[in-house]
Amino acid sequence: MIVADKKPVEEIIEYVKDCRKVLVLGCNECVTVCEAGGKKEAGMLASALRMYYANQGIEDAQVDERTLERQCDHEYLEEIRDIADQYDAIVSIACGVGVQFTAEKYHNTTVYPGVNTCFLGATEQRGLWTERCQACGQCILAYTGGICPVSRCAKRLFNGPCGGSSDGKCEINKELDCAWQLIIDRLKAIDRLDLYEKLFDIKDWSTDRAGGPRKVQREDVQI
Amino acid sequence: MLRALEKGADGVCIIGCMEGECQFKTGNLRARKRVEQVQRLLNSIGLDGERAQMYNLSSSDAPLFARYAEEMDERIRGLGPNPMKKKKNAA
Ligand code: SF4
Ligand code: SF4
Repeated sequence: MIVADKKPVEEIIEYVKDCRKVLVLGCNECVTVCEAGGKKEAGMLASALRMYYANQGIEDAQVDERTLERQCDHEYLEEIRDIADQYDAIVSIACGVGVQFTAEKYHNTTVYPGVNTCFLGATEQRGLWTERCQACGQCILAYTGGICPVSRCAKRLFNGPCGGSSDGKCEINKELDCAWQLIIDRLKAIDRLDLYEKLFDIKDWSTDRAGGPRKVQREDVQI
Repeated sequence: MLRALEKGADGVCIIGCMEGECQFKTGNLRARKRVEQVQRLLNSIGLDGERAQMYNLSSSDAPLFARYAEEMDERIRGLGPNPMKKKKNAA
C-alpha cells in the first residue's frame, strides 16, 4: 500500500487559517490502514480545526468532514461534485495521488495536502511501516528471492553486497538489514543460490522515474 | 473525546482496565495512545492537553475510582472552564 504520515496540525492550520469553509476529505483505503488519512483521522482533524477557529474567536468558520472510498477514482470523487465548490479549501488527507486527483477534478477549489506521502510499503507491526517497492516498472523479484534491491539496498545495487555490508547490516545504518544479505539468505533457503551467481545486466531505468511521468495503458480492459 | 471537548466539556477522562488485564488484550493500551494523541492535538491548537486524561482501574476498585475522579476534578478546576464553552455561550 501507499504509506503516508500525518502532517503536523500546525502546518495544516497555516494553510487554512484564512479560510472560512473547509472540507476535510479522508480516504478509506491505504491511508486508513496506515492511520494517517481515514475516517477517524478526518474526524480528529476537522474537530481540531473547528476548535482552533473557535479559540481564535472566528465564529463564522465551518469545517466539515467526509471520507470517500478512494480519492484516486473518478466515480468516488464524483460524490462531492455538488458540494466541492462551496468550500474555500479542501484538505485532502489521502496520498499525493488523491490530493492531485481531487485538485484536477475540482479546478476552482483550493486543495491542500493533509499528509506526507512516504512510500510503498508494508505494515510490519502497528505503528511501523517500512518500504518495500519503488515502483521501478520492471520487477526483478523473481531473481532476488523476493527481496527488492531497488527499494531496500541503499545503493540500489544489482550485484551486491557492497564492501560496507557487515554482520548482515548496511553501512549507512547499523539498524538496517543489508538487502543483499537478505537476498543471499533467502536464495540459500530456497536452494536457488545459482541465481546469485548470475550477473545482472544493466537495468533499463526508462520504466522508472528516469523516463518521466509514467502511465499504464491496457487496451485489453479499456472500453 | 474531541467531540466532547468541542461541545464544551471541561475535561474528558478515559478509564480503562488495568494494563495486562484487558479483555480485549490491547484495547486499554490503544486507548492510552489515543488519549496521548488528543493531548498533543489540543496543545497544538492552543487548548490545554491536560484536559484529556487516561486512568487504569480495576472494575471493583471504587475507592480508587473516587480518587481519580477527585484528581480529575481538581485538575480541570485548576485549568478553568473550557474556552469552547465560553464561545458557545457567547454565540
Ligand atoms: S487516494 Fe491514495 S490512499 Fe486513497 S486509495 Fe487511492 S492510492 Fe490509496
Ligand atoms: S524490483 Fe521494482 S517493481 Fe519490483 S519490488 Fe523492487 S522497485 Fe518494486
